[in-house]
Amino acid sequence: MESSEVNMSRDSSELDESARGSSSPDLALERVLSLLKSHRDRSSVSLVCKDWYNAERWSRTHVFIGNCYSVSPEIVARRFPKIRSVTLKGKPRFSDFNLVPQNWGADIHPWLVVFAAKYPFLEELRLKRMTISDESLEFLAVSFPNFKALSLLSCDGFSTDGLAIIATHCKNLTELDIQENGIDDKGGSWLSCFPESFTSLEALNFANLTSDINFDALERLVGRCKSMRVLKVNRSISLEQLQRLLVNALQLAELGTGSFSQELTFRQYEELESTLSSSKNIHTLSGLWEAKGLHLPALYPVCTHLTFLSLSYAPLQSGELAKLLAHCPQLRRLWVLDTVEDEGLEAVGSSCPLLEELRVFPADPFDEDIIHGVTEAGFVAVSYGCPRLHYVLYFCRQMTNAAVATIVQNCPDFTHFRLCIMDPGQPDYLTNEPMDEAFGAVVKTCTKLQRLSVSGLLTDLTFEYIGRYAKNLETLSVAFAGSSDWGMQCVLTGCPKLRKLEIRDCPFGNAALLSGLDKYESMRSLWMSACHVTMDGCRQLAREMPRLNVEVMKEDGSDDSEADKVYVYRSIAGPRRDAPPFVLTL
Amino acid sequence: MSTPLEHDYIGLTETSPMERSSEKISSSSSSSSTHSIEDKANKTTNNTTLNLKETELRLGLPGSQSPERKVSLFGKDLESNDKNSGFSVSPLKNLVSGAKRGFSDAIDASNGKWVFPMNGKSDVELAKGAGLASSRGCLESKNNSQQAKVSIPAMKEVGGLPQSPKPVQDKKNLVSPPNEHASAPAAKAQVVGWPPIRSFRKNTMASNLAKNSDDAAGCLYVKVSMDGAPYLRKVDLKTYKNYTELSSALEKMFSCFTIGQCSSHGLPVRDGLTESRLMDLLHGSEYVLTYEDKDGDWMLVGDVPWEMFTDSCRRLRIMKGSEAIGLAPRAMEKCKNQT
Repeated sequence: MESSEVNMSRDSSELDESARGSSSPDLALERVLSLLKSHRDRSSVSLVCKDWYNAERWSRTHVFIGNCYSVSPEIVARRFPKIRSVTLKGKPRFSDFNLVPQNWGADIHPWLVVFAAKYPFLEELRLKRMTISDESLEFLAVSFPNFKALSLLSCDGFSTDGLAIIATHCKNLTELDIQENGIDDKGGSWLSCFPESFTSLEALNFANLTSDINFDALERLVGRCKSMRVLKVNRSISLEQLQRLLVNALQLAELGTGSFSQELTFRQYEELESTLSSSKNIHTLSGLWEAKGLHLPALYPVCTHLTFLSLSYAPLQSGELAKLLAHCPQLRRLWVLDTVEDEGLEAVGSSCPLLEELRVFPADPFDEDIIHGVTEAGFVAVSYGCPRLHYVLYFCRQMTNAAVATIVQNCPDFTHFRLCIMDPGQPDYLTNEPMDEAFGAVVKTCTKLQRLSVSGLLTDLTFEYIGRYAKNLETLSVAFAGSSDWGMQCVLTGCPKLRKLEIRDCPFGNAALLSGLDKYESMRSLWMSACHVTMDGCRQLAREMPRLNVEVMKEDGSDDSEADKVYVYRSIAGPRRDAPPFVLTL
Repeated sequence: MSTPLEHDYIGLTETSPMERSSEKISSSSSSSSTHSIEDKANKTTNNTTLNLKETELRLGLPGSQSPERKVSLFGKDLESNDKNSGFSVSPLKNLVSGAKRGFSDAIDASNGKWVFPMNGKSDVELAKGAGLASSRGCLESKNNSQQAKVSIPAMKEVGGLPQSPKPVQDKKNLVSPPNEHASAPAAKAQVVGWPPIRSFRKNTMASNLAKNSDDAAGCLYVKVSMDGAPYLRKVDLKTYKNYTELSSALEKMFSCFTIGQCSSHGLPVRDGLTESRLMDLLHGSEYVLTYEDKDGDWMLVGDVPWEMFTDSCRRLRIMKGSEAIGLAPRAMEKCKNQT
């Protein structure tokens, strides 16, 4: 995945389509390689020899670009002539939390222009943290007659008008997945734009749009798209309407309900329950907006074969969750709000032994009056009941070193450990010590750890531990932690597989930044904001490492010497040509 | 982030090694006075950590605040075990809120939650500095508050040092005006991008909350604080029909709490508070239930008809009986005006 980007730099000069021989071994090899889907495998294959490199590039149909500025569309198109599916990620992850100003970049349009010329048969586009305008959506709709799948996650710049254009023109659309975007929701009429003759939709997710849509249009659409397996509607859809949709879509595998709080008559409730009982294929359930305990029992028949349940927008209480989970023995992934509290998590531990992923989101992250939410006790309870747990995202207001040690002892297979103690710099609330030992325990015990987010009061010791033990760590997120440059240095020198490092509000300065000189080219990116890095330090980095893009975002009123936000990434495309004025490339 | 912020942060974080050395230096002096308070909770308080952090933090413009003043605020508190003694009502309010602030371990103080106005001399200088700082932009003041806030979590129990979060709270008061209802989280958020939750989720949950709080007919949540209790509660006054129900609910919540006369009688509607009843109240129980009304006055619960009470009650406080003495004359006066 990553090494494929680096490969492009080495061989860009050797790209010559005529070099593709006509000898049969190449074609045979291509056929074999076309079965390879994994990007990492493909990268490895491309490094074997020139023939294999060529065979790989001719047989590849999907390209994943983790940082849109690491490469240019021209370079991609030159290397891979037969792409039908593109995944692109743009802005640094901290842009999700408003740390990146508007108009930073990551505009998809230049890519679409190249793709229209080079990949006229493009079928799939999946974007994360990119900017896409309605004009670009229109361009997309008219340029690619075979276009099938559009997925937009955490993107911005477009409105429902753009969706209307997609619906109108993409005759072969199979997937429209609009998630958590900065979309200008002007209304729900876009959904009515799907022509009556249109029947190919297999996946439709508009759960995060707020406007009402025309229910009749939706009902007809769902009714005629017999291959639909994913349907996630928004809050404007009532329970009664949901039942009407489901009745014609019993083949659904993933369901996102609308509002779950409508007053139902007994007959309506029975109908809903009966329809849900017939929906034997549903393995993923989400939505459940404003779910009230009252109607949850209707879901029980679906729960028995459920593997992924997302209640992250349903503020359930502990008892309601417990009752529901008692019917979900097959659950592998669970997302909840912290309204379920520790008691709810105890129910998770006792009802879901096969659980592999748990995410607990804060219902009210900024309210300090109502002391609720989950504590270390809930997490510990889950760890006792769910030994297969390997992915956790946990927002809490208190934690202890001892609890984390227990948790990882119970669940040593963590690959993703993201703990957010919501009060920055908060120590172990029982011992008042830093949380160093907690994360020390995590990295010592969980040898497969790939992703780690730390929080709480942390000294350099945490980072010593990470550098020493986290040998498989690829992504590290740090905020309000550390004591000195030494901490960051430990990580940069110690974690061989580190790809993404994002740091905010830490006392790491130029020495730390420059200690990673040899590291950054093997990483996708580094983000440092509100640290102690200066412009001089960044300039030095830029000087010594010309193949890195060292970008600084200045804020109004800040000192000239401070480097407020630093974003460093490897690139074979050179410095950005579309950087806005507040982004300085050094 | 602006320079002052970064300097602040430098100051804040560089206290970490300094904290430890200062712990050794001043632990002996602080331990005696805070010992009893620390004994209360099983959580230990590192006062010297807070001290240093307080002095490092620049809540106003850099250099606008002298560390001495903060220390003296600390000093004041360090001297008294009972935080309530010797204060008049209005600083008492701040203390109450400060106490709550001290316990609170969520990072973001909402100015919307602080319903009482700024008063008290010690606030003024802080206000000046804070006001000047806040003019530089929300982000900075947010971050200043945030950094100030970082020192707080070390102090978990309330009995100890409500003064240390006081500057934070006051500053935050100044940053945005107090308002009654929870506005969008953007107003509450003090640190950009923290906790790390996507905007979509933040906005969705905010609109959920706004919906709930706008539902005026549905509920009427008021804060309930109790002297000596480590955290506040919230009760929905609409769920009770009379004082008796409220009293028993509060009794359950704060199990060592009694409101004496009110709970046993269900006070009659138009009777004013007689002296004898007041004495019964004060002598009969350790605690007294008071409330702050719309005018900002602290009143004894039970004087007015229940409906009038729920209309005018903004928050409740379970006060130590000894403190309520000051309230009685005013309460009686108001009653006299009513009858």
